[in-house]
Amino acid sequence: MDLSFSAEERAFEKEVRDFIAANLTPEMKRATALTPSVFSDPDIGMAWQRALHKRGWGAPGWPVEYGGPDWTPAQRWIFEAESARAGVPNVNVMGVKMVGPVIIGFGSPEQKNFYLPRILSGEDYWCQGYSEPGSGSDLASLKTRAVRDGDDYIINGTKIWTTHAHHANRMFALVRTNETERQQDGISFILIDMKTPGITTRPILTIGGDHEVNQVFFDDVRVPVANRVGEEGKGWTYGKYLLEFERGAGIASAKLREALRTISDLAGSDITGRAVDDPEIALRMSEIEVDIDALEMTELRVLSALQTGQNPGAVSSILKLRNSEIRQAVTRLGVDVIGHDGLAVEPVRPLYRLNHEPPVPEELLPIVPEYLNGRAYTIFGGSSEIQREIIAKMVLGI
Amino acid sequence: MDLTLSDEQRLLRESADRFVGETYNADHRRKSAAEPNGFSAAIWKQFADLGWLALPIAEAHGGLGGGAVEIGILMEAFGRGLVTEPYLSTVVIGAGLIAASGSEAQKQALLPKVAEGSLYLSFAHAERAARFDLGKVETMATETPGGWRLSGHKIAVLDGRAAHQIIVSARIVEASGAAGRLCLFLVPAGTPGMTVHDYPRLGGGRACNLDLRDVQLPADALLGDGGDALPAVVAVVDRAMAALGSEAVGIMQTLLDTTLEYTKIRKQFGRPLSANQVIRHRLADMAMQCDEARSMALRAALMADAEPVARSRAASGAKARIGKSARFVAEQSVQLHGAMGVTEELDIGLYFKRLLAFDTMFGGSAHHYRRHAELGGRVKA
Repeated sequence: MDLSFSAEERAFEKEVRDFIAANLTPEMKRATALTPSVFSDPDIGMAWQRALHKRGWGAPGWPVEYGGPDWTPAQRWIFEAESARAGVPNVNVMGVKMVGPVIIGFGSPEQKNFYLPRILSGEDYWCQGYSEPGSGSDLASLKTRAVRDGDDYIINGTKIWTTHAHHANRMFALVRTNETERQQDGISFILIDMKTPGITTRPILTIGGDHEVNQVFFDDVRVPVANRVGEEGKGWTYGKYLLEFERGAGIASAKLREALRTISDLAGSDITGRAVDDPEIALRMSEIEVDIDALEMTELRVLSALQTGQNPGAVSSILKLRNSEIRQAVTRLGVDVIGHDGLAVEPVRPLYRLNHEPPVPEELLPIVPEYLNGRAYTIFGGSSEIQREIIAKMVLGI
Repeated sequence: MDLTLSDEQRLLRESADRFVGETYNADHRRKSAAEPNGFSAAIWKQFADLGWLALPIAEAHGGLGGGAVEIGILMEAFGRGLVTEPYLSTVVIGAGLIAASGSEAQKQALLPKVAEGSLYLSFAHAERAARFDLGKVETMATETPGGWRLSGHKIAVLDGRAAHQIIVSARIVEASGAAGRLCLFLVPAGTPGMTVHDYPRLGGGRACNLDLRDVQLPADALLGDGGDALPAVVAVVDRAMAALGSEAVGIMQTLLDTTLEYTKIRKQFGRPLSANQVIRHRLADMAMQCDEARSMALRAALMADAEPVARSRAASGAKARIGKSARFVAEQSVQLHGAMGVTEELDIGLYFKRLLAFDTMFGGSAHHYRRHAELGGRVKA
């Protein structure tokens, strides 16, 4: 057993560092630091995606034949860790990390040829149509219907919590193509052009004041059957496969460590009147740091298992749970660290393009919105309660 | 970067799991508890035969040259069986201190004996006024024409009654009469002036308090050259905490497994306890805590030879985090067993007490979060 990286891996680390130094502009870095929602806006996020793609690093998890860089799990770890450390934009994961693997795994040759290059290059911007107003944690109860009409499906219904639907030109969605006894069996996975007539998008503001999610309505929306991925009625299986990617992204500790570092720096600065001198704050910083150490170690254990070809199993639920809880602990600490300045509300977005002097030092602006929006971490991608059910079932066998 | 077990490590784990699984049960524990030293000398001999006592000792001193990860593998198995043999006090701490501070002659004389199982060691360091501060020692050593004279009081000395040699820490009385550097002394059992107040230890085994009243020692009782021993003490205690962390993981996993089984067979309101979501989620939380503890114990072991600040922060982080997880798992295991969990009729209580002892030894979570913060420059020491 050994925690250190090899000479080759160290060299790769330097390569990543050099790439980031050469491509991450101060504007991108500032915009990322001042974005209190999960993902960067597309102008920032896609600029980074294009830079990565140009370097051949656009899709770290994909097989080489589709444009992946053929990295070992350790290289992926290093890439994610260096990216987090440098504060690169948070590229919307719906394309590269979510629909991409499903198309690679279950799509037709035509779908692969058409969609995958456009995901890599950032030409397409994806959103995810899973949740519905009546189907949150109980996703399989979804009601949006796709009725076969010749070579098309006609889709009616509504999707909600659709991240960046207002930016996306494409959506991958789970729709009901059949009424079956077991409701999971009637679901299909379908790719929808967002410009298709009959689609309307309503913004939903989150409690931090950000427009990141939406409700999307489908009113007799005609989608070619050729846009279905895989078999009719197998959408649930494909969707679950994807959710495992969403949960088990697997390399979250580096971002958490960076988020804690940001708060720690604030706590040690005169801006907050040196919040760290309050021993309660200092101890919480250590508690969170230790939790991040534990999560990182679990991630590395999973990584090691992957490197030797073992299946890490249901541990993705544990990683998701802990990541979301620690994330919330960091944002809570942030609010406590900035003290009085937490009272100031800046409603204008994006925060990095204000046309006026902000009420408090700029770097404090995202702290309260991050805490507020961050309540969603334990809800999206399967709530913490759902994750505990998965752990009970898959890890404990009850 | 590789966190998978090597073939040797896998074999070690298998043999440890097998030995502990076959040897340690309620009957065995009752017999051990009735032994004056709280453990079985015959089992210790078997530990020696299995190579476990030689494991972390350098090859030059009759050992196998293993590291903290191997110790962790053994300790996790020991936790599963609530082993009371003095592995921590003799091999991890005692031999560890001799290896870190002893002269070559002392290492040659003592370490092979530990490896072959003929020497029990103990470390007398903690004092009432010091709480968990490793640098705070009021026991004094005065140089005499023939050697040294020790006086002071030590508490929470693990396995002191069994030890052939107790390693006692003391501050040297300088010519001015002031307390000087910290040194370690080898005090043979039965040395006049040393009184052992032995007591049964929470969760199994024995511990004692020591009174040292003008204990006369020869010059060569001093471990090593008499330089400041505090860095070695801190390093060895960090290692001991990593080892204890692994032992705690074994205990926690056993509590989780046992509780899980119980909730499957125990029926109330016409269905097993495990069918209730509130129980399922509690168990999921316990499983998560076990997994985090496992990660932290491994991390502390892998960093046992890192530079001192990183090593100590990893050890304190592990001790603090595992302590918190251990309390949760232990308390919930009792809770989910219902009234039976509060009785001595089940083993649950024994495992519970051993985790409580773990949390207490070398300082609990509050102390170690604070130490972690101090070493990180967040709070003043």
